[in-house]
Amino acid sequence: MVMTGAEIVIRCLQEEKVDYLFGYPGGAVLYIYDELFKQDKVRHVLVRHEQAAIHAADGYARSTEKVGVALVTSGPGATNAVTGIATAFCDSIPMVVISGQVPSAAIGQDAFQEVDTVGITRPCVKHNFLVRDVRDIAPTIKKAFYLAKTGRPGPVLVDIPKDITAQKCEFEYPQTVSIRSYSPVVKGHQGQIKKALQLLLEARRPMIYTGGGVVLGDAADKLTALARKLGFPCTNTLMGLGGYPATDPQFVGMLGMHGNYEANMGMHYCDVLLAVGARFDDRVIGSPDHFASEPRKIIHIDIDPSSISKRVKVDVPIVGDVGEVLGELLAQLEATSERPHQESLASWWKQIDEWRRRDCLKFTQGEGLIKPQYVIQKLWEVTAGEAFVTSDVGQHQMWAAQYYKFDKPRRWVNSGGLGTMGFGLPAAMGVQLAHPGSPVACVTGEGSIQMNIQELSTCKQFRLPIKVILLNNGYLGMVRQWQELFHGNRYSESYMDALPDFPKLAAAYGHVGLRVDKPGDVEGALREAFKQKNDLVFLDFQVDATENVYPMVQGGKGLTDMILSAEDL
Amino acid sequence: MGAIQRTSDPSTALDAHWLRGLLAIQNKTIMRHVISLLIENEAGALSRVSGLFSARGYNIESLTVAPTEDASLSRMTIVTSGSDDVVEQITKQLNKLVEVVKVVDLSESAHIERELMLVKVRATGKDREEMKRMADIFRGRIIDVTDTSYVIELTGNQAKLDSFVGAIDAGLILETVRSGICGVGRGDRVLKV
Repeated sequence: MVMTGAEIVIRCLQEEKVDYLFGYPGGAVLYIYDELFKQDKVRHVLVRHEQAAIHAADGYARSTEKVGVALVTSGPGATNAVTGIATAFCDSIPMVVISGQVPSAAIGQDAFQEVDTVGITRPCVKHNFLVRDVRDIAPTIKKAFYLAKTGRPGPVLVDIPKDITAQKCEFEYPQTVSIRSYSPVVKGHQGQIKKALQLLLEARRPMIYTGGGVVLGDAADKLTALARKLGFPCTNTLMGLGGYPATDPQFVGMLGMHGNYEANMGMHYCDVLLAVGARFDDRVIGSPDHFASEPRKIIHIDIDPSSISKRVKVDVPIVGDVGEVLGELLAQLEATSERPHQESLASWWKQIDEWRRRDCLKFTQGEGLIKPQYVIQKLWEVTAGEAFVTSDVGQHQMWAAQYYKFDKPRRWVNSGGLGTMGFGLPAAMGVQLAHPGSPVACVTGEGSIQMNIQELSTCKQFRLPIKVILLNNGYLGMVRQWQELFHGNRYSESYMDALPDFPKLAAAYGHVGLRVDKPGDVEGALREAFKQKNDLVFLDFQVDATENVYPMVQGGKGLTDMILSAEDL
Repeated sequence: MGAIQRTSDPSTALDAHWLRGLLAIQNKTIMRHVISLLIENEAGALSRVSGLFSARGYNIESLTVAPTEDASLSRMTIVTSGSDDVVEQITKQLNKLVEVVKVVDLSESAHIERELMLVKVRATGKDREEMKRMADIFRGRIIDVTDTSYVIELTGNQAKLDSFVGAIDAGLILETVRSGICGVGRGDRVLKV
């Protein structure tokens, strides 16, 4: 059937079973929007800023197993999208972004709303395309979805000049795709897996360390089964939370810069480390040299060969899909009668429990100011640990990660790699659309929320009953914390004067807003908010501004070099 | 607000681990490597490669690229330098680029390198004969002649071209242009799809 390029774009999205398309119209994508108008399979969500379209598609993808899809116009539409694309890239989120481009003949002429979108996004996409012929639209979009979700996932951008969307050609959606230069490994090397199992069985002080790869690879069940069968302690990175049930006794908490004492100590002093879908980044292991100062054998399972031996030398690298490899490890473990050395394991657990008794996350909620940790703890209780939680970036993000115990994968949605303030609210929109009827909380700060607060309008239009949990301490808290600890209490530009009245602002957007400033009111307010099934409720918690996130490993220091509380200073 | 008072600022304290790390990096031997790759002959492919090098802080000493006998593929030769760890990352990162079909580090085994250089020299009076003789010694060819100048074409490895430039009077060189090296493995080693 002969169709216009714009029609083909929409038909391709239908073929890919896209139910939500997040976007913002503009000149270069008018033909595409015209075709959107004529159908009702792909539902379009009109955001208020292109960055939010990408974050919403991102939140949608993180909380499901699907590819997030966004549509933006040329020039500023595309540049506004860049932060969102880079966010998705850093966290390996499968996403397809379609951007309009000026007409082919105008490219390179400094035309109105022209930027080199493919050039600008090149370093922050898995791959991108500039479509130059209407006949290439369908195969390109097919490739884009394939690239986005296979191998190490990531955002793929397809830039389409306006004239191409008006031209016509025969439409046929390709059923298969093959790219000779791209063939991600799925199955792990059998010999390597065998070696890995042997190491695990011989371990005296084992540790399992898992990252976002387990969540994105939908391998949480296999990981949990393996860890339980072995009886080994397990720690998750910020991106990996929910990969192993947080309320399980074998879970030692998050590790890293603000990781649990027992997790960081265990990570450092283990003799065999099983790293799964994680990349030993600077926020996780601190100084690689300090980390290397303690001898241990490392097994590293990752889909991306370039993540292996990048910052830390590993002994048994296994390239492959983490689910496949963990499944194979589990099968081999079940096939053998050998089991880890129980006595050593017991004494290792004794050591871990001793570290645990330091109770590094303890805090005291007095009568006075609300402690931010307390709000998260209550949030967890009130939602029975079942909510989808998105967050922005800063102290509130760390507290959410520390105090909300995620038992399931894809429930915790945050910008880990790029650390994008303004991510939380639009991401929550994508999550809520993907999971209508499920509780969705956006934990945020008064700095972050203002970076995409215009999306309260989108929430109203699409009736998204998100609960905004604002931990309002009046400061850019994480900046303030570093200034307190490392810059002699010189709070340079980290205090925001003239904050808006958030409950009134929420009300102006048509939502329910409430300020909470007494510890005794926290739980009641949360309960009341989550009872509102149809309304967005914006809770402005006035929290203790002096509170810091502990434990803390200073940037560049070793993992064991933790500040556990203010008393440690 | 109730800030915590402290007497010393830890950010100024010498971080021993960091220093040790720096020394460890400096001790790693930096070696020259010749990386050869096949890449889809598509618009933007070159910028993906060059962008990767600049974004990750890898060196490029030279880079040459042209289509192969199969017009859908280009072959690129990149001369770079780095420690073993860095070069391992370079080849992994290159492999990760969707348009890259194959990557080999030619310097891992026997290979041949050739570079083309064109040198325009002043050739007047007694220098005219001298230049001709030097070109002959280095098996160069004079491919353009005017009353006052020659253009000498020279191929060879980098060292040969360097020594030619060193052997002639620097004051007589008007301009030089070098292609960057092309490399190929010896014998049975073949880089092909």
